[in-house]
Amino acid sequence: MKFVDEFRAPELIAKAGEEIRKLADPDRHYRIMEVCGGHTHAIYRFGLKDLLPHNVELIHGPGCPVCVLPMGRIDDGLSLAAQPDFIFAAFGDMMRVPGTHGSPLEYKARGTDVRIVYSPADALKLARNHPEKHVMFFAIGFETTAPSTALTLMRAKAEGLNNFSVFCNHVTIIPAIRAILDSPDMRLDGFVGPGHVSTVIGCRPYDWIAKDEGKPVVVSGFEPLDILQSIVMLLRQLRNSEARVENQYKRVVPWEGNRAALRAMAEVFELRPYFEWRGLGFISQSALKIRQSYAPWDAEQRFTVPGVRVTDPKAAQCGEVLKGVLKPAQCKLFGHECTPEQPVGALMVSSEGSCAAYYNYEHRKPISIANAATH
Amino acid sequence: MCLAIPGRVVAIDSQDTHLATVDVVGVRRKVDLGLLQDAPPVPGDWVLIHVGFAMSKISEADAAEQMETLTMLGEAAAALEEVRGYGLENEVPDYSTRRWKQ
Repeated sequence: MKFVDEFRAPELIAKAGEEIRKLADPDRHYRIMEVCGGHTHAIYRFGLKDLLPHNVELIHGPGCPVCVLPMGRIDDGLSLAAQPDFIFAAFGDMMRVPGTHGSPLEYKARGTDVRIVYSPADALKLARNHPEKHVMFFAIGFETTAPSTALTLMRAKAEGLNNFSVFCNHVTIIPAIRAILDSPDMRLDGFVGPGHVSTVIGCRPYDWIAKDEGKPVVVSGFEPLDILQSIVMLLRQLRNSEARVENQYKRVVPWEGNRAALRAMAEVFELRPYFEWRGLGFISQSALKIRQSYAPWDAEQRFTVPGVRVTDPKAAQCGEVLKGVLKPAQCKLFGHECTPEQPVGALMVSSEGSCAAYYNYEHRKPISIANAATH
Repeated sequence: MCLAIPGRVVAIDSQDTHLATVDVVGVRRKVDLGLLQDAPPVPGDWVLIHVGFAMSKISEADAAEQMETLTMLGEAAAALEEVRGYGLENEVPDYSTRRWKQ
């Protein structure tokens, strides 16, 4: 396969793999969670699991924004889009995510004005271009995208543009990690920390995981070598009975994060008392809502939102997979009723969802770099 | 959405100084520099872009590495499609509401 030929520094990869085998105590079983969906994608894409000894297990975390969004929020957002002269704008990732009565794409096919935008700034531009319509941006994402939504709202307010609003579903990563650590059926030894979220929030917010929970965190880049190095760093700490926050992705992530981005978020957002996560349930102070001072641009304050709550299809076990209790293929629907072409649960929709990643790269068994190294 | 796309700042917009033209492997689009206002990039600088906003300054070598990572992940085409879409460049005109004569 092409990506195998393009793989950089195979000798360094082999070395990192060797180092991992040396560091891993054969009498121990290590469970390491990669928090970010981008990491999950990379791990499957490159077959990194094949480079790890059997007692070093990677658990896929909740860091896929599309996957953790409960169906009720999609239904709520789409119900607003039924109003006349209304444009529903969202990232392409959202388009195939099923709601109770269909995905945004299916609504579009039935006549709802649904548009793909690649930036919240472009949703604002749509509003400028269509003064006769109301444009609602359906915002999703962790701290990687939240600052961009914040800045877009600041620009809308400064311009006094009143045909624009945001339906805010932004969530924050720290409470999700806390919920997973509090979950009784979960035992983890350490975390591969999210790379791009940390560009915004920096490395300090993970301190409590090391200090209070005694578990190491290594913020990691997305290249195969980055991820393997991060696992080496975690195993080294575990061998020395240490628990610290380390930054493997120094070339992009500043320890203090991006202050301008944090200021924009603080200006526009406040914490919701609680928010529902698919698979994890209600988590207190885990999501962002738009402040009163931006009420005219907050779709939830401006319009009447039904507040739909939908339980996931009983047979689908998205929650267990999301928490890392089940592997994707252990779900009853995996690969039969639920595929990337006909997703039942959101984990199958996004390329960062562990089910889609598992289906695309594991289920279909591509050549992994581990196999390629022996060629 | 969570793609980080590397680009080189080509020019700062003369009217909206929070906007810059950025070059991503030959595709040029406007991106927002507002989240880097504490240390604004200048033409020639490399940045990582998330959803149309420059989020961090990086070195040229790291930019090349990031592009390679996207290629290896099979996401390079999606990244370029995203960049091409910035500024609604691909918006299909909605003729039903367009007023031809005022």
